[in-house]
Amino acid sequence: MTGGAPLLELDNFSTHYVSAQGTRVVRAVDQVSLRVEAGETLGIVGESGSGKSTLALSILRVLPPAARIVSGRALLDGEDLVTKTDAEMREVRGKRIAMILQDPMASLNPLFTIGNQVAEPIQVHEHAGRRTAWQRARELLKAVRIPSPEARVRQYPHEMSGGMRQRIVGAIGISCEPRLLIADEPTTSLDLTIQAQYLNLLRDLQRAHGLALIFITHNLGIVAKMCDQLAVMYAGRMVEHGPVSRIFNAPAHPYTKALLDSIPRMSDPDQRLAAIDGQPPDLSSLPPGCAFAPRCGQAMARCHVAAPPVFVPEEGRLARCWLTEPPLPVSAPARDELRVAGGAV
Amino acid sequence: MSIQVDAELVAVAGRAPSRPSRRLIRVGDYPVIPLAILATITFVAIFANQLAPHNPEVGILTARFKPPFWVAGGTTEYLLGTDQLGRDVLSRLIFGARISMVVGFTAVIFAGFVGTMLGIISGYLGGWVDQVVMRLTDTWLALPALTFAIFLAAIVGPSMWNIVIILGAVYWTRYARVIRSEVLSLKEREFVRLAIVAGCSKWAIMRRHILPNVINSAIVLGTLMLGVVIVAEASLSFLGVGVPPPQPAWGLMLADGKQGLMVGYWWLTVFPGLCIMLMVLSANLLGDWLRVKLDPQLRQL
Amino acid sequence: MKRYIARRAGYAVLSLFLLSVTIFLFVRLTGDPAALLVEPGAAPGDIAAIHHQFGLDRPLYVQYVLFMWSLFHGELGQSFYYQTPVMGLYLSRLPNSLELASVAMLFSLVIGIPAGILAAVHVGRFWDSAGKLFTLLGLSMPSFWVGLLLILLFSVYLGWLPSSGAGTPWHLIMPAFALGWYFAAAHMRLTRSSMLEVLGSEYIKLARIKGLPQILVIAKHAFKNALIPVMTLAGINLVLMINVAVVVETVFAWPGIGRLLYEGIAFRDFPVVQGCVILGGAMIVIVNLFIDIVYAFVDPRIRLGS
Repeated sequence: MTGGAPLLELDNFSTHYVSAQGTRVVRAVDQVSLRVEAGETLGIVGESGSGKSTLALSILRVLPPAARIVSGRALLDGEDLVTKTDAEMREVRGKRIAMILQDPMASLNPLFTIGNQVAEPIQVHEHAGRRTAWQRARELLKAVRIPSPEARVRQYPHEMSGGMRQRIVGAIGISCEPRLLIADEPTTSLDLTIQAQYLNLLRDLQRAHGLALIFITHNLGIVAKMCDQLAVMYAGRMVEHGPVSRIFNAPAHPYTKALLDSIPRMSDPDQRLAAIDGQPPDLSSLPPGCAFAPRCGQAMARCHVAAPPVFVPEEGRLARCWLTEPPLPVSAPARDELRVAGGAV
Repeated sequence: MSIQVDAELVAVAGRAPSRPSRRLIRVGDYPVIPLAILATITFVAIFANQLAPHNPEVGILTARFKPPFWVAGGTTEYLLGTDQLGRDVLSRLIFGARISMVVGFTAVIFAGFVGTMLGIISGYLGGWVDQVVMRLTDTWLALPALTFAIFLAAIVGPSMWNIVIILGAVYWTRYARVIRSEVLSLKEREFVRLAIVAGCSKWAIMRRHILPNVINSAIVLGTLMLGVVIVAEASLSFLGVGVPPPQPAWGLMLADGKQGLMVGYWWLTVFPGLCIMLMVLSANLLGDWLRVKLDPQLRQL
Repeated sequence: MKRYIARRAGYAVLSLFLLSVTIFLFVRLTGDPAALLVEPGAAPGDIAAIHHQFGLDRPLYVQYVLFMWSLFHGELGQSFYYQTPVMGLYLSRLPNSLELASVAMLFSLVIGIPAGILAAVHVGRFWDSAGKLFTLLGLSMPSFWVGLLLILLFSVYLGWLPSSGAGTPWHLIMPAFALGWYFAAAHMRLTRSSMLEVLGSEYIKLARIKGLPQILVIAKHAFKNALIPVMTLAGINLVLMINVAVVVETVFAWPGIGRLLYEGIAFRDFPVVQGCVILGGAMIVIVNLFIDIVYAFVDPRIRLGS
């Protein structure tokens, strides 16, 4: 990571769900720190339920009533989003940070025309008149390569295919020229050929508008193609963060390693795909130590007892694993004693 | 940092449970007040003979329209006053509880039995059986319940047991609808498929695998229907096609009370209505509680 | 869309047919329908005439055809008490019923929808609890008792409103309130749950993500979607109101269909009771069909045929 003020910086950021009786706390996002530079693409990967979507919604503070941001800061150009008032947050949403949701079939309102929904943020944020906003909407539809936008603006969502709807959601995203676009698994529900088209479109939009992109996915192949930086999440925590190429070459966290081993490679027909044994933990009763320890092949005794803090294994990278701890001035025998029965657990 | 996080959490967690609104209705996890009201009504209904100070059906004409004892002109002889025939209101309310309980419970159980059976058969067998039962259900649901009940009462004539049958005939469709849709989803579940593979007969599957899984919904629905049925019985009695006089049904008491309403004999109107409301309210509260407890799927209802 | 409407219309016709069969069979279920269809204390000759008119000695399906024939041509039979066709009586009372039901509906929607939205937006907080209490009371107090209490308060003690009859807007207030009370609670409950469902949807999330003000999210994006089921229920309830108004109309001596039904019971006027059931059921079937068609126009997904 380069120096200077990043576009977005999360610092020790946590979002928890609290049940109505207050008895159950789900640590959906726990002490996450990461940064996104202007114009760059950050990939966030992790299994479903690892807190990726909650993280994204927390940045925009569009959370269900049970969820609360309990700690940390989210700095956008140095301004803390967590402490902003609701009115101030509305100026951020859609205008400075936009987001594309997972399900294109469900994220457009069925009762309003496409033009209405694309023009809406322009009318609200830029106080544009209806005519101007609709003109912009038609241009935006053209920009996301929707054929005959003049006719399409007057149509309803159900008259379009999934791929087209997702491009419309993309058009809504860039309508007010945001600095940062968060895309939450935008292609999972699309056909494979349409996925590739959509990814290309996002890249082109990013170049044309100088957008920073946070790309949430569980597909490491997409990360390799799209992203500059990568953050890996496990059980609500960010376990590894750094440049994509360096992480792919030498993952620091055993979980990242396991994820990379589970990608099929075309070049190696004899490759054995490694599955990760076990289940991700219940986020309402996390183990006291590292959340990944029960499934980790390299777990040490201390991993089950103490959660590792964030270490810096090398310049520009972060990892939350005891293995990446810089060598301590401890005697060698003492260290060996600590490293008990690694693979046995 | 982690200490601060925990402090926050405690603050957040500490806010939620001390809601006063919940405390009002339930203590611990049970809906105490509705249960207490229903238990009281049941007790009163069972021991009506022992509890009632007077004969509910025979009045003393010289003691007509006596107000409750705390109002000027009232006596402790008639705690809640007397009606237009000089009958004791309290005794009539006590015996009225018996009628409401008996009619309410038997009608709900009767409707529940018919509706659940038809719902299971219709949902499980599918095909033309399903078509016939469901079209019938739809049609009967289209008939406005109260009007339909009045029509049936006009055919079979008023009596307490006729009312039970009429209400059962009117309300079984509610069960059939819900139970059928549940059976449709149960049918696709693993354990039912396994039973089919294992060679269980259709009837055995319905009895041993389907019925136990829908019984919760039927109970929840039954509790919620109890309120509906009691209001329906009261309405029919109020209109004169329900429980025939001189029996002391609460709806009938309200109809009689109309005679004294315009001259301000409020106790003849207020008390029977209050009894109906308390019973219906308790049944609804209990039903809501059971719904959350037993059958989260029914929450939409 | 044409196919959609045709299918709905088909269902409606089937329902009407089953409805008439139900009524037909029930009347015959108790033995001799002639006993119901002639005036109490009629001469044996009249009973024989009924036997002949309905062909009670002929096969059941012939009887059904005759029953339907007499329904259509005899305008639902002759009222014993009024000595006029039931159809005419029904139609003469319908405007009064509609007037009462419309005002009661207006009242129930004006209370129920805003209260439901308020409860959904404040879910789990004070206004939600207050709304819950209101719904419980609304659903637990029988409408005729509410009516009687209103009379006691506003007519007997305060003397502000007339206790019975029709004619002036003052006469409408209490019956409409008593009738609308239960439905206000029902409409509130549905508005709340429908609104909650919509508020949890992805398109509401996107509307928030767009940075729209809360008022626009709720009033534009959520309201229209949440209102569809409420309006459906309201449509059905309007018909239901006309039919359950019998108790309220009895309390306030309101000259509507409910009052007609009550007179049918009180005077043992079976053709009137039978006519009220048939027309009540038919009205619900037809209004359901009508709502399905309106739905098709409101919801572009159905309108444009998918």
